[in-house]
Amino acid sequence: MSLLREAALIAGKDLRIEARARVVGQQVVPFGLIVLLLFAFALDPDRGVLTRVAPGLFWVTVLLASLLGVSRSFALEADNRARDALRMSGLDGSSIFLGKAGALAVELLAFEALLTLGVVVLFDVRLASLPPLILATAAATVGLAAAGTLYGVLAAGIRARETLVPVLLLPVVAPVLLGATRAWEASIDGVPGDAWPWVGLLVIFATLFVGIGMLAFGPLLEES
Amino acid sequence: MIDGRSALRSDRLMAPVARRVVGGLSVVALVALVVVGLFVAPPDAFQGDAQRLMYLHVPAAWLAYLAFGVTAVCSALYLWGRTRSLVWDRIAGASAELGVVFTGLTLLLGSLWGRPIWGVWWAWDARLVTTAVLFFLYLGYLALRRIPAALDVRAKRCGVAALIAFVDVPIVHFSVTWWRTLHQEATVFNPDLDVQIEGTMALALWLGVLSFTLLYVYLLDLRYRLEVLDEDRDERDLEAAIAERAQGGVPSAGTVGVGS
Amino acid sequence: MSLVVRLRSAVCLLGRFPALAGVDLDVAAGETVLLSGGNGAGKTTLLRLLAGLIPLERGEGTVLGVDLGVDRRSHRRRIGLVGPETGCYDDLTVRENLEFASRVAGVGAGAVDEAMAAFDLGRLADVRHGRLSTGQRRRLALAAALARRPDLFLLDEPHAGLDAPARSHLDRVLRETAADGRAVLIASHELDLVRPVADREVVLVNGQAAGVRADGSPPEAPETPTTPETPETPETPESPGAST
Repeated sequence: MSLLREAALIAGKDLRIEARARVVGQQVVPFGLIVLLLFAFALDPDRGVLTRVAPGLFWVTVLLASLLGVSRSFALEADNRARDALRMSGLDGSSIFLGKAGALAVELLAFEALLTLGVVVLFDVRLASLPPLILATAAATVGLAAAGTLYGVLAAGIRARETLVPVLLLPVVAPVLLGATRAWEASIDGVPGDAWPWVGLLVIFATLFVGIGMLAFGPLLEES
Repeated sequence: MIDGRSALRSDRLMAPVARRVVGGLSVVALVALVVVGLFVAPPDAFQGDAQRLMYLHVPAAWLAYLAFGVTAVCSALYLWGRTRSLVWDRIAGASAELGVVFTGLTLLLGSLWGRPIWGVWWAWDARLVTTAVLFFLYLGYLALRRIPAALDVRAKRCGVAALIAFVDVPIVHFSVTWWRTLHQEATVFNPDLDVQIEGTMALALWLGVLSFTLLYVYLLDLRYRLEVLDEDRDERDLEAAIAERAQGGVPSAGTVGVGS
Repeated sequence: MSLVVRLRSAVCLLGRFPALAGVDLDVAAGETVLLSGGNGAGKTTLLRLLAGLIPLERGEGTVLGVDLGVDRRSHRRRIGLVGPETGCYDDLTVRENLEFASRVAGVGAGAVDEAMAAFDLGRLADVRHGRLSTGQRRRLALAAALARRPDLFLLDEPHAGLDAPARSHLDRVLRETAADGRAVLIASHELDLVRPVADREVVLVNGQAAGVRADGSPPEAPETPTTPETPETPETPESPGAST
């Protein structure tokens, strides 16, 4: 079986479970929207502050949601000792990584789509130039999903994983927050030229972490 | 040791005599630094005496980067199959601890220095932000090291985490620099305030780098030794536990489980 | 006769606890071996060691021709492990779980139907794993292992929670497996149920293979060690249905 077919098998499994359990739909999306509301409480909605800082708030929310996604992705494998079954399957570590990261990326993209709607409606944001915005979002999401999956498996066998993953993951994905926020700002301001360098940075980050993940996931799964 | 892993063991990095010599030299260099830095070198034309913090700040920053570099190299040596040895893992861990201490010191000294010069404790300067992210990256690494696990499991986990952190640092630095230069015309580093390096000032700086580096080597060896002693104790406990279990008792030592 | 399992002075740790403290064990192809011993004797750990899930700390171990000290992955596809839990996903149905397990193992869909038939899972095919009873989960786990068509079965308390029809299904599967020349290791407290299908019995005491009883002749008085039960330690997983 080829790498990609194995990955598709794993991703399909994760997404099917997610579609059934509806944790993303019923918990993570409401979580994201309530965070947007809270931001409005914390910052004055009348003076246009929210519109100006919307990209940053958006990506901070995505970062927090990605922590939930990572936790959920590996909780699946902890129930009924599914992780042991996955190890016994003989699948290649890199294909499991690609599958799980891919599923997480799809979930995050769905979440981001709904959150974008929330930002547009609640914060009065106008998306001026879409191509760099979409590409930046895609690259940032792949990077987040890859880094998150990598740290998810790193902490999978550790009892304190729910607190450990944020401490490890958030500093690492700081450039994603920075890059995606700047790219969004530029796209909203209608100066796509300023966005492209950030898109490049996000693509580099994503490529790097997909590479590291493919190499390291298998050995780390063995130690979980 | 009795077990088959003895080949991997190397009980100390340097002979006790060598460590004492390095320790002594670092004390001498530190004393010299105090003398030159506080009394011989003249006060800075613009910054006055506050500039003397540089003699600690710059060496601390240098050492932080050296320590994290050592952690990265040793982690890579551990992860690469052919050079796999717990020696590398121990050095990586010890060096990261020192790196975090010196990064913290760098930030603290920078903040103390910045207050009289810039008028604020913290400035969103690219170097500062990168250093802060670096601090948290390796703080996470140390948290990971403290999770109880079999030595090779811990070494593998931490090795990957250290390499990720190392790869991430340039990206963080690059993005932060870009961010600050794109969005802010003048940075807090006013060219007028740039330190003019005078002869004795350079000497003080070099003494700082020298003494801190010696101190690093000394502490690294000490920390390594401590780690070996820890492992030896665990090993003896394990031998006792195996013997006890085989004879039908319930081993009491270290039955606290790890992982899930 | 070729050896499927060969262990010499095998030591295994769970955390810092030596769950196996020097086990010697040989299992030949086509053999069915009963692994008995009290709670905390190391049965589950032994099965996990053979499956390659935990490292061999000391000693020698070869399973299906693979040296566990060097490689504990490449033989896994040829093993059917049934542990205390099913390894399945709560939100997938019985059929989906079996299909996923067989597809990742690279086995055709035909094996899924066979395995479902063998453990009478047809009526449960569209029930989600989360809604299954303990006994039904056990049947699913056994079916999933069977669907992989392994060369070595490692069964941890396979009878726990099974009703009478399911037990006879299991017996039939075990006999067929042995007839195929595949090896089976059964860790169990249900000695009366397993002894009839086992070729011999290995008794684990305190993490060591203490007594070996040859050739399934049921002894008059059970010689299972009368050592006081070792208290459960958190890192010694026992099957939920295990009772002594």
